[in-house]
Amino acid sequence: MSAVHAVHATHAVHKEPVAVVGIGQTKHAAARRDVSIAGLVREAARRALDDAELDWTDIEAVVLGKAPDFFEGVMMPELHLADALGAAGKPVLRVHTAGSVGGSTALVAANLVAARIHGTVLALAFEKQSESNAMWGLSLPVPFQPPLLAGAGGFFAPHVRAYIRRTGAPPGVGALVAYKDRRNALKNPYAHLHEHGITLEKVRSSPMLWDPVRYSETCPSSDGACAVVLTGRAGAARSPHPPAWLHGGAMRSEPTLFAGKDFVSPRAGRDCAADVYRQAGITDPRGEIDVAELYVPFSWYEPMWLENLGFAAEGEGWKLTESGATALDGDLPVNPSGGVLSTNPIGASGLIRFAEAALQVRGRAGEHQVDGVRRALGHAYGGGAQFFAMWLVGDRPPGG
Amino acid sequence: MTGHLRATLRDIAVVAFAQSVAPDPGLSETEMLLPVLTDVLAQAGLAPGEADFTCSGSSDYLAGRPFSFTMTLDGVGAWPPVAESHVEADGAWALYEAWVKLLTGDADTALVYACGKPTAGDLEDVLTRQLDPCCTAPLWPGPAALAGLQAQALADAGGTVPPGPGSTVVDGAAAVVLAAGDRARAMCARPAWIHGIDHRIEPHALGVRDLTRSPSTRLAAERAGAFEAPVDTAELHASHPAQEVILRRELRLTDDVVVTPSGGAPAADPVMATGLIRIGEAADRIRRGESDRALAHATSGPCLQHNLVAVLEGERRP
Repeated sequence: MSAVHAVHATHAVHKEPVAVVGIGQTKHAAARRDVSIAGLVREAARRALDDAELDWTDIEAVVLGKAPDFFEGVMMPELHLADALGAAGKPVLRVHTAGSVGGSTALVAANLVAARIHGTVLALAFEKQSESNAMWGLSLPVPFQPPLLAGAGGFFAPHVRAYIRRTGAPPGVGALVAYKDRRNALKNPYAHLHEHGITLEKVRSSPMLWDPVRYSETCPSSDGACAVVLTGRAGAARSPHPPAWLHGGAMRSEPTLFAGKDFVSPRAGRDCAADVYRQAGITDPRGEIDVAELYVPFSWYEPMWLENLGFAAEGEGWKLTESGATALDGDLPVNPSGGVLSTNPIGASGLIRFAEAALQVRGRAGEHQVDGVRRALGHAYGGGAQFFAMWLVGDRPPGG
Repeated sequence: MTGHLRATLRDIAVVAFAQSVAPDPGLSETEMLLPVLTDVLAQAGLAPGEADFTCSGSSDYLAGRPFSFTMTLDGVGAWPPVAESHVEADGAWALYEAWVKLLTGDADTALVYACGKPTAGDLEDVLTRQLDPCCTAPLWPGPAALAGLQAQALADAGGTVPPGPGSTVVDGAAAVVLAAGDRARAMCARPAWIHGIDHRIEPHALGVRDLTRSPSTRLAAERAGAFEAPVDTAELHASHPAQEVILRRELRLTDDVVVTPSGGAPAADPVMATGLIRIGEAADRIRRGESDRALAHATSGPCLQHNLVAVLEGERRP
């Protein structure tokens, strides 16, 4: 039958529900000299397949995400990784949406299942930052400004200062976030940083890098990969472990710079969260979401995103952090995995957030598992706080 | 896994296409793109930022800077913020991502664009960075050397390689608007309906592939429904004559098929937009009533490693 002659009403579309049935990560480290790029991605993919009790032949398509190709010095590396990813004879789609790319990778892969193009899809994101100097790779010239940037912190620190000035937040809040996330990382065997001797005092007295962001309040530079197996209802029914179900997912982008841009609480982030909550039927994120894995590369971004995502009223995010609510034993744990502050292979960081959210609702997060998680948010952002990708996953099928 | 073409959830068409013509080499990617976006949106009757989804394709290695696509977003009108994504690939793959998004029903219209400035660097050197970084890239074989290997393999196998020009590398940008169902009919008198799209990759190492064949093209064409009925037109993304010989065979193109009437990459090869342009040119033939069933092909990687096939159809005329 020719599709041309089919008459379809514009809205008569019934998407396939999407489930996460396999998750794998590498041991993240400053330099994984023991593996090539191919070895790194294969380590994560194999673990995801093992988690789902599937094999390479069960995967119909691969979606691969990473940040700029210059970070490894390989142009379009998915071409030479086709073999390592078991992708010969299959579709491979390469996504690049800056720091949000790990999240975008999962959402693009989920759409392949939702549209019933493929039954089971592998989403994989990686960065092997030890191949180059990511700090200078991130030091982009800002148009019409003197070239004073050194690393992403140079770009984001002024926006943190704007947040502090706008809200009157006390200066110690950032250190609380870093201390919490680095201790959470001690419970996560895959985390890059395991600082067993960390104290709040050590965070507070670490060298100032980009005022007000100190050395211990900034993300490391990591080698790492993360892989997620996505499938539909039939695949979920065969899953050996509880799946995580996709209840809502969205991407939003706005330009890097323009008059009136709010760098503290970008509208693209607010709109993206609103779209996800609408899809998932969430009206009170603070009350209805049990855990959040947020992209927090610099400590102060936790209170900033809590406001941007509707967990706290404008100007109140730092109070939520200060109260201890976002700790592992609080009523809204944020980054139980240790977050980006403990592990940052840039292109993979967004997918790690999405995967950790799914691990929480599957009850498979190990030592950093939060009790009774039914809904979790995974969040990623990138560029000049302009690209956002988020998903909300639950322990039951959507509508169920 | 890959037995039959599945019926898609809804009908989606190419309703508008625009491309740059010999842009000034001094222009930035965004400057090159803006008039193309203005043109394609006007054809579809969309305001900037009005499309439900936006997806683009480009390469940092051509731009010579990381995150180069973040600047082209300035040409889109992404305020209020837009639902948007980007592939580090030819824009044909951005179109694929947008087609999937429309199939889910989460969007009814999509703006797809691509741009490349291959003249900003030495493309012969730059493209060697796509190769296996341990075994092949250190030898720096550029597209001309790889084309030679492929042509020689074809000659050794008894094939005939007709003389002909290679690709003409230029800067350029292109854009397409996709729309679903009645939105497409309202935007365009004769939409180019997407019967199917599929893409497949092959192993990377040249030594494990038969360079005279392109099994990924054959499989993608099967999955896109190309062999369910004859096509009258095929727009091929071939950067040298040997590749066209290989593609004609894998796509089973008979002598009565009009092949690459646009001139293809030999006429203009704005790398990263060239594949999207093939889809746009095929769609334009249908929109103009010059074709009823057209195939468009895009390729990526060394020696046809990764291939995409789209099959487009016009409504039957009374």
